[in-house]
Amino acid sequence: MTRSPTAVAPYTLPDELLIDTSIARQIISEFLSAHLRQSGFDRLVLALSGGIDSALVAYLAAEAIGPDKLLCVLMPYRTSSPASQADAEEVVHRLGCQSQLIDITPIVDGYLEGSVDGDEVSAGRRGNFAARARMAVLYDRSVPWAGLVVGTGNKTEALLGYTTIFGDNAAALMPIGDLYKSQVRQLAADMGVPEPILHKPPTADLWPDQTDERELGMKYADMDRLLYWMIDRRRSRDQLLAKGFEDAAIERVQGLVAASEFKRQMPPVAKLTTRTPGVDYLYPRRRPGSRAGR
Amino acid sequence: MATLTITISRVRTLRIGLGQLAPRLGLVEENLAAHAAAIDEARDSAVDLLVFPELGLTGYLLQDLNAEVAMRADDPRLLSLAALAASMSVVVGFVEESVDHQLYIAAALLEDGRVAHVYRKSYLPNYGLFDERRFFGTGAQLRAVDSRLGVRLGICICEDFWHLPVPYLLALDGAQILINIASSPGRDVAAVVEGGLGSADSWRTLMRGYAQLTTCHIVFVNRVGVDESLTFSGGSQVIDPSGRVVFEAPLLDEGLFVAEIDTDDIRRERVALPLLRDERPEFVLRQLERLMQERAGVATDQE
Repeated sequence: MTRSPTAVAPYTLPDELLIDTSIARQIISEFLSAHLRQSGFDRLVLALSGGIDSALVAYLAAEAIGPDKLLCVLMPYRTSSPASQADAEEVVHRLGCQSQLIDITPIVDGYLEGSVDGDEVSAGRRGNFAARARMAVLYDRSVPWAGLVVGTGNKTEALLGYTTIFGDNAAALMPIGDLYKSQVRQLAADMGVPEPILHKPPTADLWPDQTDERELGMKYADMDRLLYWMIDRRRSRDQLLAKGFEDAAIERVQGLVAASEFKRQMPPVAKLTTRTPGVDYLYPRRRPGSRAGR
Repeated sequence: MATLTITISRVRTLRIGLGQLAPRLGLVEENLAAHAAAIDEARDSAVDLLVFPELGLTGYLLQDLNAEVAMRADDPRLLSLAALAASMSVVVGFVEESVDHQLYIAAALLEDGRVAHVYRKSYLPNYGLFDERRFFGTGAQLRAVDSRLGVRLGICICEDFWHLPVPYLLALDGAQILINIASSPGRDVAAVVEGGLGSADSWRTLMRGYAQLTTCHIVFVNRVGVDESLTFSGGSQVIDPSGRVVFEAPLLDEGLFVAEIDTDDIRRERVALPLLRDERPEFVLRQLERLMQERAGVATDQE
């Protein structure tokens, strides 16, 4: 196992969350290759923001299938940080994969400024719309590229609901969806993701100066530890208190997890007949006949 | 007329083939072809006993595909694999459809061109990531079987080995080699785990214990490849009756691996450590009967 250089990083990696990065890389690599093979594709496409999650997925995808089969789509909005774009371009440069730059400002502003009559558009609403615009562009770019859309969401944000439903959480595959942010950091360091990306504060970059930790009100290391003991290790509230977690933090995180259950599931279908998709019609997505006919 | 003279020089060294394959979900024809290719390769390597993983002919996460991939124990496709196996003993995993159309996770022992034995998985996991009991029936018989190799085999499937009675009963039934065929998804990548993967480490620990307690060889064959979210971990292994790992296949890599065992190890270990001699099944049975009566409320707890 390779431990990341915690001494220089502006964050801590909680001991209980440390993973064997070698086996995790092997499993993710196998996961990506197998899904491509089984679905009849051999290419991947992802949205590269310049943040650590998408950078890590780009590195993992390049390792699994080769950089020539990976397309990174950079989709800045007018308020996006120029530094993010520079970081994304550095990833593309280092991996030697293909990239496309598509400014989503005309899409987002064209709708929000042009067709929303008189409403005040909140930053959150604008951010969600931007996330869904990126999703629409990404799925469209996947067609000429003939690749599967690979998601970049991690376990922390999925559990807290810190995602835009049908926006950044829309993908064909989720290779790091079972890794907490701290584990993403460890794996990214292990794979050689550029240091500026490792060390900058994570942000959804939906508006200037937004950071995840400020918005969520906790450090990732603390959130990850709390989620780990709460969910992976099934500790009760009293047991979490005994481990030193604060009551308010437990309350807040439990609330976020419960309130976002809907984002982690397919929408419920009203059951009317004897066999209902997702209820009692249950097939694996990769089944005989499911392969793309090419 | 001269009687046919059969010279049986009792085989001491057995070559075990571990078919650590990556079955394709629901694609029975492709999986049959992969098994056939491995049988050919194993024959070239002079393998005596070739073992394939659980549901190797069908893939694991079948859900409603279960009925579509099911086959009867006398299915011509199984028989053609048996014919191909010729002088080898082969264990293969499939979905068995019984006469009354129940579906089982099953293992077949193929010998001498026929299906010599079928075993139906007896402990179906239905917790965590597992949902087997929704889709499959539960086997009701567990027995060891004499093999043409001159050893008695105890065949079981994956979760069966997470229940103490299975290795115990097979050993009491005279098994000398316990065979477990598995589709074990790799999980728990915590850094503190030895050998990189928590699930694989658990398997290793319990199988070494079983080998020591039953003084049997253990042959464990786990699949690799990916079904949906699950990546199966491989790490197939052969353990001798003292609990020593004779061979361990790599995690996650597909391949046919060959290991040799010395069946004299069984005798040596059992002479030195006569645990099976000292087993007391009648004692166990009395306690089980008491426990079952108490559970049923027929008898009360007593000293």
